[in-house]
Amino acid sequence: MKITMTVNGRPCSGEVEGRTLLVQFLRDIQGLTGTHVGCDTSQCGACTVHVDGRQVKSCTMFAAEAEGAEVTTIEGMANADGSLSVIQQAFQDHHGLQCGFCTPGMVMAAAALLKDNPRPSEAEVRAHLEGNLCRCTGYHNIVKAILAASGQAVAVAAE
Amino acid sequence: MPKDGIGASTKRREDIRFLTGRGRYTDDINLPHQAHVHFLRADVAHARINGIDTAMAAGMPGVIRIFTAADFAGVGGLPCGWQVTDREGQPMQEPKHPVLAEGKIRHVGEIVAAVVAETLEQARDAAEAIALDLEDLPAVIDMKAACEAGAVKVHDDLSSNLCYSWGFVEDNREAVDQAIAEAAHVTTLELVNNRLVANPMEPRVALGDYAFHDDSSTLYTTSQNPHVIRLLMGAFVLGIPEHKLRVVAPDVGGGFGTKIFHYAEEAFVTFAAKELKQPVKWTSTRSEAFISDAHGRDHVTKVELALDADNNFTALRCLTYANMGAYLSTFAPSVPTWLHGTLLAGNYRTPLIYTNVRAVFTNTVPVDAYRGAGRPEATFQLERVVDKAARELGVDPAELRRQNFIRKDQFPYATPVAVEYDTGDYEATLDTCLGLADYAGFAARAEASRARGKLRGIGLSHYIEACGIAPSNLVGQLGARAGLYESATVRVNATGGIVVMTGSHSHGQGHETSFPQVVADMIGIDASQVEIVHGDTANTPMGMGTYGSRSIAVGGSAMVRATEKIIAKAKKIAGHMLEASDEDIELKEGRFTVAGTDKSLAWGDVTLAAYVPHNYPLDQIEPGLEETAFYDPANFTYPSGCYICEVEVDPGTGKVEVCSFTAADDFGNIINPMIVEGQVQGGIGQGIGQALLEHCRYDADGQLLSASYMDYAMPRASDVPNIAVDHSCQTPCTHNPLGVKGCGEAGAIGSPPAVVNAVIDALERAGKPVAHIDMPLSPARVWAAMNS
Ligand code: FES
Ligand code: FES
Repeated sequence: MKITMTVNGRPCSGEVEGRTLLVQFLRDIQGLTGTHVGCDTSQCGACTVHVDGRQVKSCTMFAAEAEGAEVTTIEGMANADGSLSVIQQAFQDHHGLQCGFCTPGMVMAAAALLKDNPRPSEAEVRAHLEGNLCRCTGYHNIVKAILAASGQAVAVAAE
Repeated sequence: MPKDGIGASTKRREDIRFLTGRGRYTDDINLPHQAHVHFLRADVAHARINGIDTAMAAGMPGVIRIFTAADFAGVGGLPCGWQVTDREGQPMQEPKHPVLAEGKIRHVGEIVAAVVAETLEQARDAAEAIALDLEDLPAVIDMKAACEAGAVKVHDDLSSNLCYSWGFVEDNREAVDQAIAEAAHVTTLELVNNRLVANPMEPRVALGDYAFHDDSSTLYTTSQNPHVIRLLMGAFVLGIPEHKLRVVAPDVGGGFGTKIFHYAEEAFVTFAAKELKQPVKWTSTRSEAFISDAHGRDHVTKVELALDADNNFTALRCLTYANMGAYLSTFAPSVPTWLHGTLLAGNYRTPLIYTNVRAVFTNTVPVDAYRGAGRPEATFQLERVVDKAARELGVDPAELRRQNFIRKDQFPYATPVAVEYDTGDYEATLDTCLGLADYAGFAARAEASRARGKLRGIGLSHYIEACGIAPSNLVGQLGARAGLYESATVRVNATGGIVVMTGSHSHGQGHETSFPQVVADMIGIDASQVEIVHGDTANTPMGMGTYGSRSIAVGGSAMVRATEKIIAKAKKIAGHMLEASDEDIELKEGRFTVAGTDKSLAWGDVTLAAYVPHNYPLDQIEPGLEETAFYDPANFTYPSGCYICEVEVDPGTGKVEVCSFTAADDFGNIINPMIVEGQVQGGIGQGIGQALLEHCRYDADGQLLSASYMDYAMPRASDVPNIAVDHSCQTPCTHNPLGVKGCGEAGAIGSPPAVVNAVIDALERAGKPVAHIDMPLSPARVWAAMNS
């Protein structure tokens, strides 16, 4: 079947099967490979995107269910001029990524959190990341980056 | 120092692409006319294969071809890169490791057949139509049972399930026995180092391609060491000469050891692409990863520490059973032996050490190096037994360690387990960590926890590791079938920009940022002028890759050596242009100056002359400015440090919460402190995972019980505390040009015993002393220990 949705502000359509997942539509049909697949049990959050402004694991949703939706992926998160958004910049400034595989999902999760809760506590940040696994960072710098992106003072990375 | 030189916390340049979704991981690569493979994997642990009927599956839509072991008759087995010699001087037992199961299934997850189809869905559907005729055999899972006489054999053609029994140092054995018999006090501990799954967040992927026009093969793969894969797969498995084989490891989403090894899937897609004359791709699901990525740890150990009447350590004796799984993965035999036994001195002056390691085949996934590889197992047994000794003797665990430390003035220090530590200052890291963690103020915090109904404990560990592997002539004597040098080519372009082609590989370590810092510092130009190329055998010199915290110590040293050659040649060119002897030329801040004069040239003037050699000493040197160096280290490096963990135990549920974690490491000199801190925090995150959460468990039939993220407890953001990291104690390595030691594995090595010691401490302080609890310290285990 043919489906159409808006991805990062652009209309996108493609042929999918009923069983095609949203993440497959984004990666394989739209070529938006920034959204990653890290598991097959909806645990890791590497596939996190926004659908109509809500944080969604794109491996848990059929592409057809997103018909007509507004989807935002990591490729749509930078500022209009191509510079890093506040959250992306905070991840770089605070070394919130190493291998980068979990990073798109982390940024999308952070953006959703800060939209609902602009000044979260550290515990709220950690709780919000319950569905996003990172094997590299020990989370310390991810949490720090998100707190910094919210405008709260955190110690800067080592000088 | 230029602002982004050695010692600067330069922000990572690679972050830009990762943060905007423009990384290029293996699964992001798709080739025209690419076919997909789905592997039919064994769902039983041990069975004889009487038949594989693929007729029906072969006729299903989209199926291109189905492969079984019969198709691999002319192909070699997956090679093992390290041969251990046993106590009798005999080589280890080394079974064949076929690409596809041959005659027998030996573990759940082993590949029985491979379906190549136009789409992945078609391949999967067809795999379901393959009929297997299997004769179930009893599975051997428990290591000690596997060693009993009459046990079912994993490999019929071997004499037993024992791969080797290794004694180290064999000459010390009787003296150790005697010292233990005569000791004033002996502390004994039996423990398990739990089996883990490395779980980099990016699952493995392999994409094979074949080019008809020049009969060459390309493998894109999630590897930490593409040259090693090229050599092993080309020379030993598929018989493709290296000049006809290219291996590319692009952005790799974490490795932690498990992406070192040469896997069957890599050989399969390369072989099938050539057979079918079309690209063949495999992307592991996480479920497949659990049953096909090499696992880690899985040691069962008895350790005895002897002390004299003054609490000095007099001897250490260990017996370890180490699980190899069903086959020998690439470096598996080296992990419980040379990467483990040689570290059993730890930070201590223990004069006599003996360990016996029995490596055992079982019907489980192969076990190999995982972050730390042997060194976490050594550190865990040592730091647990020292802690237990302190409790038995009623002395402060920190002070018992201090008393037995190798002292600062004793370096270089030859241990009784064959290694010589070049530098260290263990009291410095101990004191730093005690101060940062406010060890002295613990009682007040314990009181506050008690008021909240929680049991608080504090635990310490002091680790050593051997990094920067390794001197090739030494490891050759120890059984390595490879050299362990590293390489770099430094190419200076006409306009002064530099490309460094390194054999090291970055899969999260940030080499694209930290390596340029070194070169820029040496020449005095901006780091943005230096670019790193890695991960492709087509455009990098033969290198051994990244593991064992070796990249900056070995790869960085190769890069320094190549840059030194560049500078020496550039000085010759500059000397000619400035009409001075090259010995009088100084290079500072990117300018060549004749010493004591104001005559100078910019870096770019000289690099241009190298490629436009009009005014050039052509009679003495060649045009161009490109140099290669291979660096073979003189010794291992020996990072060390102190970790202190504080936990709260819930007496009602047994749940452990890590309240604080403090690390004081000595990594020698440091290139980029921000990256170093991140490495330590990440390693500690994994160590906390091992100590409290992660457990790879098989049932008695060899079914993996923890085969997904629903069952295998990965540490999440709320399981790990903020981690305070200090690296102010620096005793530079004495034998490499940067004075660096390596930092990638420290966190995973030092942290598990600190966490366990803290929990044991909490229970003891609460009046519920227990000798030991095996990892992971789940609520159920802690509660049971408290209430037994
Ligand atoms: S891939 Fe969607 S949660 Fe793991
Ligand atoms: S940065 Fe590698 S998994 Fe998070």
